[in-house]
Amino acid sequence: MTNLHTLRRKTVNIVMLTITGLCTLFAAGTLIYILGYLFVHGATSLTWDFFTKLPTPVGESGGGMANAIVGSGKLLFLASVFGIPIGFLGGVFLAEFGGSTFSYIVRYVTDLLNGVPSIVIGIFAYTMVVLPQKHFSTLAGGLALGVMMIPIAVRSTEEFLRAVPDSLREGAVALGASKAKSILTVVIPAAKNGIMTGIMLNLARVAGETAPLLFTSFGNRYWSSGWEQPISALPVMIFTYAVAPYEDWHKQAWAAGFVLLTMVLTVNIIARAVLSKRKHVAR
Amino acid sequence: MPAYGVNTPPMDATKPLASAVCKLSVSDLNFYYGEFQALKNISMEIFANQVTAFIGPSGCGKSTFLRTLNRMNETVRGSRAEGQILLDGVNILDQEVAYVRRRVGMVFQRSNPFPKSIFDNVAYGLRINGLATRATLREKVENSLRRAALWDEVKDKLNQSAYSLSGGQQQRLCIARALAVDPEVLLLDEPCSALDPIATAKIEDLIFQLKSSCTIVIVTHNMQQAARVADNTGFFLLGRLIEFDNTAVIFKNPAKKETEDYVTGRFG
Repeated sequence: MTNLHTLRRKTVNIVMLTITGLCTLFAAGTLIYILGYLFVHGATSLTWDFFTKLPTPVGESGGGMANAIVGSGKLLFLASVFGIPIGFLGGVFLAEFGGSTFSYIVRYVTDLLNGVPSIVIGIFAYTMVVLPQKHFSTLAGGLALGVMMIPIAVRSTEEFLRAVPDSLREGAVALGASKAKSILTVVIPAAKNGIMTGIMLNLARVAGETAPLLFTSFGNRYWSSGWEQPISALPVMIFTYAVAPYEDWHKQAWAAGFVLLTMVLTVNIIARAVLSKRKHVAR
Repeated sequence: MPAYGVNTPPMDATKPLASAVCKLSVSDLNFYYGEFQALKNISMEIFANQVTAFIGPSGCGKSTFLRTLNRMNETVRGSRAEGQILLDGVNILDQEVAYVRRRVGMVFQRSNPFPKSIFDNVAYGLRINGLATRATLREKVENSLRRAALWDEVKDKLNQSAYSLSGGQQQRLCIARALAVDPEVLLLDEPCSALDPIATAKIEDLIFQLKSSCTIVIVTHNMQQAARVADNTGFFLLGRLIEFDNTAVIFKNPAKKETEDYVTGRFG
């Protein structure tokens, strides 16, 4: 009886351990498989020309995506200009002046905005900028990405400011600082690393967005001639090149995917390293 | 012993009565957290260049009372104070709050240095209040660290993070930071509760030295500490000031039964 019971318990233990182990392997394996596959195909397709040359016309081999790399950079710059100030100041409000029904609503709406599909954000920018101007533009793409950054910027800023102990706020106020001054001189500096890291991760996330750019910045096979003109971006190029019927374009798409992933991973790893060794953490 | 009465300086054999100047005069102070009344009709006088200690069980209102003396309690939503707290004869409840807090400094139960360098911690109050020029800043910082008996330990590492210091040093850094703006009154809210006996002894020594230049009010859970450092002691219970008198009287010959029960340990 006892032996039977023990046997049953041990069997269940082994079966469950195997199942959970396999699921973990599958989860981690998917990422490793993607990384490995992309590394093999991407790294072998990558040439110096990729960083320096423009795309070649159909039928001509070679060329690169210099315009898309610069384009992604310009789009991210615009996104930062739109998204970071609004997100950061919104986060400061929620963390330091929140508590009322109003901030509860703001927090809720921000979370909803975070869940809006990116293509819908694209339609929003299309309606706000592209339709009135009657042409695609870098500006519209930057706005779309900026709107995507806002909710995460708000919530990450809020979280890191909330993590600053109230004893620091008290310490500043007890020395004659106003609330605003204590926030500017003590609270924000104490949360600075976290906030910066949140913004970097946020940028890395929108750097890979394709859908909001499809009908805002559109794409461009040449250098963009200004903020008012369509512009190329790495994710959009990957999409265009991957679905094209030319073997040479597929290789370019692999290379672009590899470059994009390397950038995003690098930012992620740096951000995590900075976060994990925050020196100035108050107890 | 006669019970303590308003306007009667506490008995102190070592000090002539005439030298006791009233620094803070509190009358009919009531304090509320929303509906809850945390302080009930407190009246007392705190004398210049003396150490005044508040004792009492947890939740008796002693910390709340201390925090009304520089209006730190106002940061709690829904709180309000009624009554008078005269600092040199002027009601602090009617004055600009930043001005009051600069004159009445505070050190907290747990040391709370800012995540900045040792130097910047002490310089903080001087900078935000515009109390020092570039030329005098260094000198004032050094002076404050000396007054807090910390200078010799940190003079070679002023640019290091304040968190590199030990717990006791951090608490003395917080005292130096409070002293930098040259407060007339210094409030200490259980400053030694997180410190070991050696660090505690250093802080107590410091309190003796600081007495000559400012008025000190200390909340403590440790009755021996009150007996060691304080000239006058007030006993709080359930939001009321039960008894306030010379420290020796409170501990050896209290007028009230509750006080006697508490200081002799017969009270929960």
